[in-house]
Amino acid sequence: MRKHDFYEHRKYPVLIIISAAIVLIIVKLFSIQILDKSYKLSAENNVVRKIVKYPERGWVYDRNNTLLVSNQRAHDIMVTPYLLDSNIDTLFLCNILQLSQQEFNNKIKQAKKYSHYKPSIFLKAVSKENFADIQDKLHLFKGFYTQPRYVREYNTKSGANIFGYIGQISKSLLEKYPKYTQEDLIGITGVEKTYEKQLAGEKGIERKVVDVFGKYQSKLEDGKYDTLPKKGQDVVLTIDITLQEYAEKIMQNKRGSIVAIEPSTGEILCLVSSPNYDPSLFLGNQRSKNFTNLYLDPAKPLWDRSTSALYPPGSIFKLINALIGLQEQVINPATLFICNNGWNYKSILHIGCHKHDSPLNLRQSIAQSCNAYYCSTFQRIIASKENSTAGLDNWQQHVKSFGLNKLIHTDLHDKKMGFIPNSEYYNKKYGIRRWGASTCISLGIGQDAILMTPIQMANLASIVANKGYYRTPHIVKTINQSIDDLNQDFFTKKYCSIDSIYFESVIYGMETAVEGKHGTAKKAKLTGMKICGKTGTAQNPHGDDHSIFIAFSPRENPKIAIAVYVENGGWGSDVAAPMGSLCIEKYRTRKISRIRLENEMINKNIQY
Amino acid sequence: MVTTQRKSFDWFTIMIYLILVCWGWMSIYSSSYTIDSPLFSLNTIAGRQLAFMTCSFLIAGSILFIDAKLINRLSYLIYFFTMIALVLVLFIGKEVGGAKAWFNFGKFGLQPAEFAKIGTVLVIAKFLNDNNLYLNKTRTLIITASFVVFPVLLILMQPDAGSALVYTSLIIMFYREGLPLRYIISIIIVGILAILTLIIGVSSSIIVLIILTSILAYLLKKQEKKFMIVLIFFIICASVISGINYTYEKILQPHQKERIDLIIGKEKNELGSGYNLKQSLIAIGSGGFIGKGYLKGTQTKGNFVPEQETDFIFCTIGEEFGFIGSTLVITLLLSLIIRIILLSEKQTSRFSRIIGYSLAAILFAHIFINIGMTTGLVPVIGIPLPFFSYGGSSLLAFSTLLFIFIKFDACRMERF
Ligand SMILES: [Zn+2]
Repeated sequence: MRKHDFYEHRKYPVLIIISAAIVLIIVKLFSIQILDKSYKLSAENNVVRKIVKYPERGWVYDRNNTLLVSNQRAHDIMVTPYLLDSNIDTLFLCNILQLSQQEFNNKIKQAKKYSHYKPSIFLKAVSKENFADIQDKLHLFKGFYTQPRYVREYNTKSGANIFGYIGQISKSLLEKYPKYTQEDLIGITGVEKTYEKQLAGEKGIERKVVDVFGKYQSKLEDGKYDTLPKKGQDVVLTIDITLQEYAEKIMQNKRGSIVAIEPSTGEILCLVSSPNYDPSLFLGNQRSKNFTNLYLDPAKPLWDRSTSALYPPGSIFKLINALIGLQEQVINPATLFICNNGWNYKSILHIGCHKHDSPLNLRQSIAQSCNAYYCSTFQRIIASKENSTAGLDNWQQHVKSFGLNKLIHTDLHDKKMGFIPNSEYYNKKYGIRRWGASTCISLGIGQDAILMTPIQMANLASIVANKGYYRTPHIVKTINQSIDDLNQDFFTKKYCSIDSIYFESVIYGMETAVEGKHGTAKKAKLTGMKICGKTGTAQNPHGDDHSIFIAFSPRENPKIAIAVYVENGGWGSDVAAPMGSLCIEKYRTRKISRIRLENEMINKNIQY
Repeated sequence: MVTTQRKSFDWFTIMIYLILVCWGWMSIYSSSYTIDSPLFSLNTIAGRQLAFMTCSFLIAGSILFIDAKLINRLSYLIYFFTMIALVLVLFIGKEVGGAKAWFNFGKFGLQPAEFAKIGTVLVIAKFLNDNNLYLNKTRTLIITASFVVFPVLLILMQPDAGSALVYTSLIIMFYREGLPLRYIISIIIVGILAILTLIIGVSSSIIVLIILTSILAYLLKKQEKKFMIVLIFFIICASVISGINYTYEKILQPHQKERIDLIIGKEKNELGSGYNLKQSLIAIGSGGFIGKGYLKGTQTKGNFVPEQETDFIFCTIGEEFGFIGSTLVITLLLSLIIRIILLSEKQTSRFSRIIGYSLAAILFAHIFINIGMTTGLVPVIGIPLPFFSYGGSSLLAFSTLLFIFIKFDACRMERF
């Protein structure tokens, strides 16, 4: 017989414990499969590789539809750290990628810091030539793959300051532009920056299903969610590349700037900052080295002098004072002022002048650039109001209407206001009512505290050419063959405070400066084409005087207004005037008749 | 010996078994699936598993048709042979993944640790049944325990901690056969203290031990030999703590220490077992409520989960059949265990009851540890999921043990 089983009741705890343990597993499954949604995302991150299809950036043309900037295909080498073999032949790989062992390790470390599982860029924008070799061998290395993208291709060595460059987006910009990701490029300077929105295009995304080795399995749901990249819009610049290249050539081995504007439209024809650099230097793997070299260069080639350099305008400013004098009716075209080798104030103050006939009328004072004439005119302008404060502030209001002492709302990314002093400035400097017209008499001849940028000088020439108005100088003519995306303010006339009737006599003076027997701009004379110009020579406490010239041509219906500023160039009449004249000839006739003058200017090498 | 009536085989159990094995094969096929893989070939994992299944069915069938008494009589012999195999494998076994656990026969391998379970279960059943002994006697307990300790030590020498750990589940059967509750509590306390020593260090563990000892002294205040009991308890526990600490600090090699650190969770291994668990959770978690559909699991198709045909086979079920499918599988496994326990209670012979309880306990241990590991409930310990994981030895051993039990259940009126 079977012995009685004392322990039969023990089946209950056993059944309960086992069932409880199994229920515990089901609860855990419930939590990870139903409550926690994050695993779905992780699973997608595991298998779905988003391949970003980079769009082609918009192309850039000059005003005559010459292609200036396009794109070439390059490839990024991508790495997924956790897929890397531990016993990878780094020596061989470094050899292919043209990296040192040190660089290689750094890049791997960086990629690991970003993510073990997500791919990141290992080597950026490998050029076509290197890529063929890399592509042949890269498949030997697990964890690496390539991703095509575009890099800029420049068809000119000029205009780097206009185009600007693109670079990897910074952290602060990433917050501002949520559509961009860490690997994206963005315009940093120049047109690339101001027209980023139009040039950038739209990224496409292709979703691929991959296995643990990154091997392609299939398209995700037959490409239902894939999008194609959209090319950026093409941009036509107002620049005339022939003139731009020519002006850059003529400025070689000199520091300064040449800016030309079409007066009737405000379209910038050339925007030269010298020294400049080849825009292609910012492409390829030498990029950061080249950038550092340019950055450290004492001549500051990365600094766009045409829009950002603040220069004393010198004698070209006399044009403004003449116009204000006429408008305030303190002078008229027949007004004569005596010049005793300059201008004297109670034998305490003497402003020198060069030797010329005396007295001169308005026309000749412009042609021969008499200092005394403009000291006297300035004195009268100030005296025309009840006191110096009111006189100076009235003068400043007139000057500001020439687009000075303020930002012109252009599409150039880098710009400066310049400076025109008012009573406040001198009150601070000398104390209230402790100054008068004589204290700031140098304002009459464009010295003292006046500062202008070259583009403002060109705009001044443009205002005179237009007899009293300007359109905001701008660099882009059309986007995708339309002007809708441009600032509509570019197309409105902005009048200065001088009535147009007063311009005729000033222009006559400018004409005489070039054509006249004693004109300071005689070297700018061009047979067969009338040029109206004004030279300037700005005193420079640090060295030789700066050589300045502004001009427009032809006299009626002017097609080009230009400003030339050569640092330490000496007399305006010797350097800047012939250079400006050559640029006008090049733009208007597409050829140069004065070969000797051209060679002389190109070969001029100004030492510092 | 009187044969009275014969009961038919328990078809419910056999049905569940067949469903599980077939589902298991489907999972293996899915986890190793590629578009161009042939359906049946011994070169594929699924094809080989089909061969193991055929083999298992043949053995299961033959068990049902041989005389149950024969198995009963051969118990000691079977134990002896499986132990010999465990010894032999240490010398002539093939080393895989740092453990000598396999006999190699060309394309196929055999894992004696899986079959040792059968021998151990049979020998304990035979010993306790024939002598009509219960485990409330210390002498019986020691002899029975030694039947278990011997294979466990041999398996630890391979080393295969996971397979050895499964034997501790036999405590459930011991409990049913009269093992006093205090032994079980002591074992649990020793186990906790051992783990505590590794995690928080010796000094803190001693403090915990002193607290436990005080509680014990309080509980036993009315007993006569309380001083002796408390003292013995303290000495045993203290020596366990210092022994574990000494082994860990002085005897173990750095890589062995590392393994232990990983198991107790002292260290996280992003690229080793930590990576396995992470990918396993992603696969199961992404299955959601109804799963991605058979053969449509993206994680398992992309081979993201390591060992997804063997220890991590549950990921395929979780990903492709979702919460519904996983729960169904677990419910089927639980029904099997409960059915076995309930059948065991109906046995007139202790021999078959012990086999039933042992089978239920071992199944439970495998299921809980394996699914617990894939879902992150327990540390990553490599043991297969019965009927699901790829591998002939596991399937053969479980099928054999299950059908031995079904056979004995069918002749439950016979006396052995
Ligand atoms: Zn003079």
